[in-house]
Amino acid sequence: MMITPQILERHGLKPDEYDRIVGFMGREPNLTELGIFSVMWSEHCSYKSSRVHLKTLPTQGPQVLQGPGENAGAVDIGEGLAAVFKIESHNHPSFIEPYQGAATGVGGIIRDIFTMGARPIALLNSLRFGSFDVPGTRRLLEGVVAGIAGYGNSIGIPTVGGEIAFEPSYAGNPLVNVFCLGIAKQSDIIKGVASGVGNAVYYVGAKTGRDGIHGATMASAEFDDRSAEKRPAVQVGDPFMEKLLLEACLEVMKTDALVGIQDMGAAGLTCSTTEMGSRGGAGIDIDVALVPQRETGMTPYEIMLSESQERMLLVVKRGREAEVERVFDKWDLHAVHIGEVTDNGLLRVKNHGALVAEIPNRALTDEAPLYTRPMSEPEYLADVQTLDLEALGNVARGFQPSDQNAALLAILGSPTIASKRWIYRQYDHMVRTNTINLPGLGAGVVRIKGTDRALAMSVDGNGRYCYLDPYRGAMLAVAEAARNVACSGAKPLGATNCLNFGNPERPAIMWQFAKAVEGIGAACRALGVPITGGNVSLYNETDGKAIYPTPTIGVVGLLEHADRVVARRFRDAGDAILLFGEGRGELGGSEYLKVVHDIVRGVPPALDLDAERALQALLVQLAGERLLRSAHDCSDGGIAVTVAECCFEAGGIGAEVSIDGVGVAPDARVNVAAALYGESASRVVVSVVPDAVTTVLERAAAANVPARVIGQTGGNRLRMAVAGQIVVDAAVDEAERVWSSTIEQAYAKRVA
Amino acid sequence: MKFGVVVFPGSNCDEDAFHAARDVFGQEAEYLWHKDTNLKGADVLILPGGFAHGDYLRTGAMARFSPIMGPVRAFAERGGPVLGICNGFQILLESGLLPGAMLRNRGLKYRCEHVHLRVEQTSTPFTGVARAGQVLRIPIGHGEGNYFAPADLLKQIEANSQVVLRYTDPNGVLSDDWNPNGSVNAIASVCNERRNVVGMMPHPERACEALLGGIDGRVIFESVLSAFASAGSKGPALQMAGQQAVS
Repeated sequence: MMITPQILERHGLKPDEYDRIVGFMGREPNLTELGIFSVMWSEHCSYKSSRVHLKTLPTQGPQVLQGPGENAGAVDIGEGLAAVFKIESHNHPSFIEPYQGAATGVGGIIRDIFTMGARPIALLNSLRFGSFDVPGTRRLLEGVVAGIAGYGNSIGIPTVGGEIAFEPSYAGNPLVNVFCLGIAKQSDIIKGVASGVGNAVYYVGAKTGRDGIHGATMASAEFDDRSAEKRPAVQVGDPFMEKLLLEACLEVMKTDALVGIQDMGAAGLTCSTTEMGSRGGAGIDIDVALVPQRETGMTPYEIMLSESQERMLLVVKRGREAEVERVFDKWDLHAVHIGEVTDNGLLRVKNHGALVAEIPNRALTDEAPLYTRPMSEPEYLADVQTLDLEALGNVARGFQPSDQNAALLAILGSPTIASKRWIYRQYDHMVRTNTINLPGLGAGVVRIKGTDRALAMSVDGNGRYCYLDPYRGAMLAVAEAARNVACSGAKPLGATNCLNFGNPERPAIMWQFAKAVEGIGAACRALGVPITGGNVSLYNETDGKAIYPTPTIGVVGLLEHADRVVARRFRDAGDAILLFGEGRGELGGSEYLKVVHDIVRGVPPALDLDAERALQALLVQLAGERLLRSAHDCSDGGIAVTVAECCFEAGGIGAEVSIDGVGVAPDARVNVAAALYGESASRVVVSVVPDAVTTVLERAAAANVPARVIGQTGGNRLRMAVAGQIVVDAAVDEAERVWSSTIEQAYAKRVA
Repeated sequence: MKFGVVVFPGSNCDEDAFHAARDVFGQEAEYLWHKDTNLKGADVLILPGGFAHGDYLRTGAMARFSPIMGPVRAFAERGGPVLGICNGFQILLESGLLPGAMLRNRGLKYRCEHVHLRVEQTSTPFTGVARAGQVLRIPIGHGEGNYFAPADLLKQIEANSQVVLRYTDPNGVLSDDWNPNGSVNAIASVCNERRNVVGMMPHPERACEALLGGIDGRVIFESVLSAFASAGSKGPALQMAGQQAVS
C-alpha cells in the first residue's frame, strides 16, 4: 500500500519525519510499520519537543534510587525501603469521555508504579477545569471525579489528597493529572528491560480490543470542532482486572523469575516491546496471532496500536515459564507466551508466523526525532505584567472595597478556594488503614506499616502565575509542593513533574515551556528535591487558544516518626498563632484580584529560594520536636484565607490575629487588601502551645527565618487586624458555611 | 484466637482486617483463599471489604459461588462467629446467611467519611462488650450501603432484635440527616436469627488505632475476643453472656 500524504497526516507524521523513517528502514515502511512509528514518534511517547529542555532538570541526589527513564522514579526512605512515585496526565481523553478518561488515567499511573515492583499505597490528583459557573464544567468535574473514584476505590488504593482549580483558560482543555506512590523493598525494584537471548516474552492481563487506537496520537494534537469523533480513541478501564493484575504481578515478582516487566500504556504493545528492547540493547520477536483478543478480525496494525487497558509485558527467565503461568492462573488471568528476546536489536512482528513488521528498536526510541523548536517571548506578556494598583481602589464588585468581611467571604466561597469535601468524600481515602492526614488537612500522609515512618505527598501548580511569568510561576509550584510536605513535618526528598502546555510548534508556547523548565530546575536544585520522573502533555489547545502554561509538581517527603505528623487546623483555644516569613502585599496574579476585581495581571510573588529552604528545614525540625500544634502555608488568597482555613473543621475554634500593614498602593483600602490577600511566598501560619513560644522563636532565629507571634486561637470569631486596625470580624461558623457550601450546593438538586 | 480472613479476587480490605487481628490485637490470623475449602482452624471468620469479583452482576452476587463459601456456611450453621464488613456484609446477604438486600446509596455517590453508630443490642459475639445505646464513631466507605428489607421482613428483623447498629447523630439520636445512604430504619448492621453472623457496612478495622483518628472500632474485636475467652475451646459456637450455647 502506498503511503500518501493523507495517510501521513492522519498518523500525525510530518513529511520530513517520514523521510527519516525511510532512512532508518532502508525502504518505505508498510502500513503496520508506519502505525508503529506514528505512535512511538508522537509527542506523547517520544517527548520530541521537550527532551532538550527536560535534560536540564536536576535528577540526581544521594537519595535517588531511580531517576527519569524508567516507568517511575524511586527514592531511598531508609530501612531498605524505597518510595516509588510518578505523576501523569490524561487530559485529552478526559475531555472526550470524562469518566473513562479519568479512570484510565488512574489505572495507567498505578500500573507504572507496580510494574517497578512496588505496592501502590496512595493516590493524589490535580484537576483543572473551566469556570465553575458554566454547566459544562460541572458535568466534566462530576464525570472526572466519578471516574477517579470508580477506579481508585475499586482497586483499593486510597486517594489521600489533591488540588482542584477553576479558570476559564481550561474550558476546552481540562487537566487531569494523577499521582501515585508505592512502597518497595529496594532489593525488589525491577526494571522495564528485555535481555537474555531466548528468554520468553509473555503477555498478561486483559484481552486486546480496538479501544484507544491512536490514543497517543490524539494526545499529541489539538482539539477542533470535530473532536467528538475522537471518542473511539478513549480507552475503557476495568479496575477489577487491574486489581487481579496487581496482585498477580507482585506475587510473580517475589519468585525472581522475571528479567523485566513493563505495563502497556500509551501505544500499548508497541511501546512496551520497543522500550524494553531498547533498554536491554536487545531485539524482540512476537507473534500477534497469539495475543488474546476480544474482537474478531483484528489486524496486526490494530493489535500493535491498541491501548486496551490492564495488560503487562513480561520477560521471563528461561525455564521459569511454568512458575509464572501458575501464578497468573491462580488469579484467573491470561498469561501467554507470545515471543522471545533476540540479539538483533529489531522489533519483529509476526502474524501466524509470517513477518509483518520489522524495525530497529532504537529507531523507535533513542533515535526518535529531537526538536529544538523556536521560542520567543509571547506578545501578551509585557502588557499583562503591569498592574495598576491605583485603579483598583475605584472598582467595586457589589460591595465596598473597604468591606473586607465581604471580600473574604467572597474569596472563601470562590470555587478554587472553597472546600472540596463534596469531591473527596467520593474517594475512599482510608482503605489500607494507613492514612493519617485526611484530605483537606494539608499534604496527604500515609504511614508505613512495620516501621515508625510515614510518607507525605502533595501536588501543586498555579497556571495563572505561569501565564504571568512561567519561570517564576514554575519555581513557586515546586516551592509550594515542597512546603506543603514540610508543613506536615516531613522532609521533602524528591519530585515528579507534569508539564501541561499548548502547541509547542508555536514559539510563544515553546518559550513558556522552556522558562518553566528552567524555573523548576532552579527550585528543585535549591530545595534538594531532584526530579525522578514525570510526564509532558502538549497540544492542550482548542481552536488555536492554549491553556495557561501549567506545570504541576508532586513532592514526596519522609516523616521518621509517623506520630509527629502535623495538620493544618487549630487544635485548641488558647494556643499562640505565629507567622513564619514576611508578607509584602504582592497581589499580582492573586485570587483576590481575580475574584473581587476579575483581573489577571501583574507578576507572581517573588521567591527567595534560600529563605524557602530555611523555612522548610525549620518546619521539619519543629515537627520532629513536637513543637507545632498545626501548620498551614499561605498560598491562594493569602494569609487571611490561611488563618480562616485553620479554623475550619476544627470544632468552631476562632482566631484573633494582627499583621503588619504594607504600602504598595496610594489607596489605604488597597493596602489593607494587599496585606490580607497578598500571596507573598515562603510564609506559614503555625499554632503553638503558649509555653513553647519562646523555644519556637529561638529555633526560627537560629534558622534565619523571620517569625513572630501574630495572635491566638479562641472564641468563635475570626478577627484580623492590619496595622493595628481590625478589618475582618466575622463569625467562624458563617465563614465556614460559605466555604463549605459552594461546590455542595451546585450539585444539591440531587437527592442527598 | 485464630482469625480467618476470606480473600476473594477483588477483596481489598483483607490486609486491613488481617492487620487489625494480628498486629493490633496480637491474635493468630490466616488468609483463606476463595478457591480453597480449608478454614485452617479459624475460630472466627471475617469477610472483608472490597469489590469481590468486581461487583459483577450485583455486588456480592458472584462470591457465594466460591468454593470457600461451603465451609463458611457450615461454620456459621455450627454457630461459629462470622463478621461481614462492607462488601463482606453484601456477600452474606447474597448468600442468604443474613436477611435483606443492599441498594445503591440514595445520593448515588460513593461516600467515605466517619459516621456515628448506636449499638442496638449486645447479644452478638461482636458487640458483647459494648453497652446498648453506646455511640461509636467509625468510618464508612461505600457506594451501595442502602440496606433494604421489604415491610414484613423488616418487621420481623426489628421484632427479633436483629438490628445491631444504626446510623445516628453524635449523641445517638436518630435523624435522617445523619443517615449517609438512606438505609431503611437507619440500619447499619444486622445479625441472623441465631445471632452468630453479623454484617456491618462501617469498617471497624479502620478505627482500631489512635494514629488513624479514632479507636471506637476496637469494641467489635474486643467483644469477639472476650466471647472466645469465656467459651474456652468448645468448638465454633461461642457462649454469649447470659445465654445458652445453641448446639
